[in-house]
Amino acid sequence: MTLANPSDFNGSLQPQGWLRYFSFSLDHKVIGLQYLVCGFLFYLVGGALAGAIRTELATPLSDFMPRDTYNEVLTLHGTVMIFLWIVPVVNGAFGNYLIPFYVGARDMAFPRLNAVAFWLIPPAGILLISSYFIAGAAAQSGWTAYPPLSLTTPAAGQVVWILSVLLLGGSSIFGGINFIATILKLRRPGLKLMQLPMYCWAMLGTSILVVLSTPVLAGTLILLSFDIIAHTGFFNPSLGGNVVVYQHLFWFYSHPAVYIMVLPAFGLVSEILPVHARKPLFGYTTMVYSIMAIVFLGLIVWAHHMFTSGTPPWMRLFFTIATSFIAVPTGIKFFNWLATLWGGKIALNSAMLFSCAFIVNFVFGGITGVALAQVPFDIHVHDTYFVVGHFHYIVYGGTVFVIFSSLYHWYPKFTGRLLNEDLGRLHFLLTFIGFNLCFAPQHWLGLNGMPRRVAEYDPTFTTLNQVSSVGALLMAISTIPLLINVVVTALNGKPAGDNPWNALTPEWLTSSPPPVENWIGEAPLVTEPYGYGQHHGQPQEVKA
Amino acid sequence: MPIRTALAVLAATTALVLTGLWVGNNVNMLPLDASSNAPTYDALFKVLFSIGTMLFLGIVILLVYSMFRFRRRAGDFSDGLAIEGNLPLEIVWTAIPAVVVLFVGIYSYDIYERMGGMVALNDHSAMDHMAMDHSVQQAQAPGRVWGGIGAAGMDAAPSGPVLPVEVTAMQFAFIFHYPDAQITSGELHVPTGQQVELHMEARDVIHAFWVPQFRLKQDVIPGQPTVLSFTATKAGTYPIVCAELCGPYHGGMRSNVVVHEPEAYDAWLQQNSPIRTTT
Repeated sequence: MTLANPSDFNGSLQPQGWLRYFSFSLDHKVIGLQYLVCGFLFYLVGGALAGAIRTELATPLSDFMPRDTYNEVLTLHGTVMIFLWIVPVVNGAFGNYLIPFYVGARDMAFPRLNAVAFWLIPPAGILLISSYFIAGAAAQSGWTAYPPLSLTTPAAGQVVWILSVLLLGGSSIFGGINFIATILKLRRPGLKLMQLPMYCWAMLGTSILVVLSTPVLAGTLILLSFDIIAHTGFFNPSLGGNVVVYQHLFWFYSHPAVYIMVLPAFGLVSEILPVHARKPLFGYTTMVYSIMAIVFLGLIVWAHHMFTSGTPPWMRLFFTIATSFIAVPTGIKFFNWLATLWGGKIALNSAMLFSCAFIVNFVFGGITGVALAQVPFDIHVHDTYFVVGHFHYIVYGGTVFVIFSSLYHWYPKFTGRLLNEDLGRLHFLLTFIGFNLCFAPQHWLGLNGMPRRVAEYDPTFTTLNQVSSVGALLMAISTIPLLINVVVTALNGKPAGDNPWNALTPEWLTSSPPPVENWIGEAPLVTEPYGYGQHHGQPQEVKA
Repeated sequence: MPIRTALAVLAATTALVLTGLWVGNNVNMLPLDASSNAPTYDALFKVLFSIGTMLFLGIVILLVYSMFRFRRRAGDFSDGLAIEGNLPLEIVWTAIPAVVVLFVGIYSYDIYERMGGMVALNDHSAMDHMAMDHSVQQAQAPGRVWGGIGAAGMDAAPSGPVLPVEVTAMQFAFIFHYPDAQITSGELHVPTGQQVELHMEARDVIHAFWVPQFRLKQDVIPGQPTVLSFTATKAGTYPIVCAELCGPYHGGMRSNVVVHEPEAYDAWLQQNSPIRTTT
């Protein structure tokens, strides 16, 4: 099959050495690292924007930046963090790097499409951020871009925002198609679906969500741009349009987007915990079914973002029930992870600490999530800082913690060197304390009357806002040991050997970093990626 | 399971449940309750807070215990036990969240009904309340009124006539109009004990009307009137907050709702209504 044979495109025309990371490389490992580094740069941008928000909110008055700038900053912060950091890294970076190893392939199914998907991201990101400088005013209607506000704020910035999100959505769809094709069609002969590492299942589920829901967002934003540019009236109430229809269409993508950010993280944690606990992943089959249940339920819960939008009562009831039931498959996953740790030989290294903290943070965010699913509860706290706290516990406390955990876990695979553990633990401690200081108080603020997306607030909320800002400062500081660690290790780190963790998943059964086509000779057949305790800690026999 | 382990598990679970109940009932996270709907909301909050505390503490304690108890000792490079699953156990922890979620769902449905949320505003039953106010009805596009926590459920059945108030939201203010008394005000004044029905419409973009002390919020949407009903119970001045991003001054879009005792409200009405001066 020509799809699986990359020898025709990894020829001598490809640049070698560090230059290949700036090229239109077709190697899935290069593309994965391109996603990772590019995403991390945008994380720093989004983090700087978050710093600006927390600086503004350190005092009750709007005194740090002009009010419309504040709205630009919060819009850019949300858009950058979602579309340029979390989605590309947790899907694109780790997905591209790991999935071909996990299915026993030499590359992704469509390497050129893969490279195109990545190379859409830097221009889209630069376009988005430059709208602040070039178009005069960047989008100011939040990452949700609800009309009519998005129709009345400066048009140029909003149109650039739409264009940029369309490009990023396109990139995401290309990636999704590629992952589905790779997982279903490029598996090494003899490898069954139910033998795949859990991250494959997570990426299969995520990619189904991407392919089903992202086109809806694209269509919606195109209609919105018609309303702005051509003065059509799809969502413009003064021309007979309906603003609530936009919200339905928007959340049909943007609720699944939460799972697009979170499911891959579930997959990565399922890879990391067994390795450092030296135990098989508990309940493989139920884990697979719970992923698929989350995918299905994730598609039918969108209107829980709209409980105060004037939706009819039956709809609120339905979406409350559907949303609450996501707690069941999610709960199964968490209990299975706890059971994976139980009775293990747990190495408390940086990778493990971040993964365990993920469990703590995500359980907290999950519990507030079930509360938010209840219509009467939501009606009080919708659009308040309670919601801001909740979703940061999910996407930062959940996914970003897993991204850091994954970095410590797979860095030796990427580079052949081990990240420094002391710096890693310092990074963990600062992130964990800073994160909780920053976002835990926000729940109280929301319950007691602070709405979200405000540049000024009631002075009685000052103390907790300052606590939150101090937490944000700690989070900013936490990137310093991380950056030092990554750079110093890359130049002068401890050599890791090929398999420093004695892991059994297939990416470790080759050299670190791996050769261009992943394996010298044929890909190994790994039918028990979590067979710890059965082979005395040694990688199992490789059946070639 | 050895009897001692079973007893330890039982004791730990009991302690956890008691802690959860204590925290839920004694840690106050909410502002003053000033509407007939607020105590109902607070009861739901206590239940959710108790259950949430139990689950969170339970999982965190299990996790931290595992991290210490099963940490790798220096020099030990062996693997843990090769346990790949346990069907009865997995059924148990599928059932626990399912039961919890079902209970929470049914309970909050009950709360929602008591708050009047399940009464569709273009339903026949709700029309009874609204029929009292013809002027407001005529001012609105017929049949396009929906949403909002509805006119009273069973608990909050109005004892007297409903007080209608027309609310217009615009960048960056709320305007309140009393059709009966012909008063237009930047602040909302209401009496305790009488059901108030806000008929809300937005001029420009979406806003949201929120009074934290009432535990109620409703978007105010251009082109689609919405209704919000409540009965204030405690006199005082409470903030009205716009909760939907509506432009640069969104954070400054605030007003007050002044809840009067009925006599004081009548006095306010007398003072401000132009009808009084002409008679």
